[in-house]
Amino acid sequence: MPIFTLDGQNIPFEPGQTIMEAAMAAGVYIPHLCWYPEYEPHGSCKLCSVKVNGRLCSACTFPAAEGQEVVLNSEELQQLRLRLTQMLFVEGNHFCPYCEKSGQCELQALGYYVGMTDNHFPHFFPKREIDASHPDVLLDRDRCIFCGLCVRASRDEGKHVFELAGRGIETHLIVNSATGKLGDSELGASDRAAHICPVGAIVVKETAFRVPIGRRKYDHRTIAEMSLEEEAPLVRRRHDAKEEG
Amino acid sequence: MPKKKVRIATTSLAGCFGCHMSFMDIDERLLELAGIADLDRSPLTDIKSCNECDIGLVEGGVCNAENVHVLREFRNSCRILVAIGACAINGGVPALRNRFDLGDCLEEAFITGIGVTDPTVPGDPELPLLLEKVHPVHEVVKIDYSIPGCPPSADTIWTVLTDLIDGNEPDLAYELIRYD
Repeated sequence: MPIFTLDGQNIPFEPGQTIMEAAMAAGVYIPHLCWYPEYEPHGSCKLCSVKVNGRLCSACTFPAAEGQEVVLNSEELQQLRLRLTQMLFVEGNHFCPYCEKSGQCELQALGYYVGMTDNHFPHFFPKREIDASHPDVLLDRDRCIFCGLCVRASRDEGKHVFELAGRGIETHLIVNSATGKLGDSELGASDRAAHICPVGAIVVKETAFRVPIGRRKYDHRTIAEMSLEEEAPLVRRRHDAKEEG
Repeated sequence: MPKKKVRIATTSLAGCFGCHMSFMDIDERLLELAGIADLDRSPLTDIKSCNECDIGLVEGGVCNAENVHVLREFRNSCRILVAIGACAINGGVPALRNRFDLGDCLEEAFITGIGVTDPTVPGDPELPLLLEKVHPVHEVVKIDYSIPGCPPSADTIWTVLTDLIDGNEPDLAYELIRYD
């Protein structure tokens, strides 16, 4: 099996795997928000930025290759990840104290992971539209980080409910229905797309605050531990499925 | 010779005093704190303006002209300025009004709102003027350290405070950094 090195550690990989997939399969967590093992990588959040032979790359899209020297946890890259996380926080309206996703939110957990105690940048306080028209699912665009996971999940289940529209700072999440409202779309409460959101932008109604503080996903365990426990096996399974053809 | 006591000032700007309440939750450690620190301006002393201090704790965001004045006074008086709690760090609940026009907020609260009697927007010159938007404190002055949480736990506050008093960089365990 060919190998590359990640912070000096040998990581074996199968040809065709990305650096992210190989690292996760080997039990090494690379921070990410827009990547999920079951979907095609999006490469947009940049939290998985690593240096490959000295060049900055997204681990979720960059193919692993024999002999690569990959740096993940240099001081420079840790600082970069902290700043990227802070930019995500100031760009939207992320108010953890009254968000139903708090304690189970990947953006928040990533903030904890990178040691973020402040937001550093001036806040945008953008005005974004909340869509409560769906009987079972709430779309709160204030919390959207444009990871595109809902877009990919809905596309893969053949419904194409979500899409990212606009560019740069104008990027926003739109809904595929005649009115543009979620209530008029084909989204069902059991769709993957209704559950894949890493933040509190798409939440299933009447499920909030069921888990008490102290027992929530990230109350005692880091996003690195949870990701390796939940996502790494999916990478391995996906790889095995490909092998079988 | 006994060690010189540190001087600490605290204030709540556009906050709910919840962070101060959590600070009080250090319980019997208050006695230890009283042995190593003196309180300067603070809701607990009722001193009205800040003297030279080693550490200032600021709760709450900046929503009016008086908040700006107090925050600047704290920055000028405190060697180390610490933002404490969600509102100081990102505006928190008061910043909910940032998505609305300020005039509309006043109208809703004092004129057209349900149950309003004697509808007038308060205009007493003693009342500090509201800012157009609520701002986190770091947008107005330089902040040296931040303690997130709504409120931060007493253990979190105690850890940061004692680390700073001892001249160390605050070092918070995973479970002491919380944004909610």
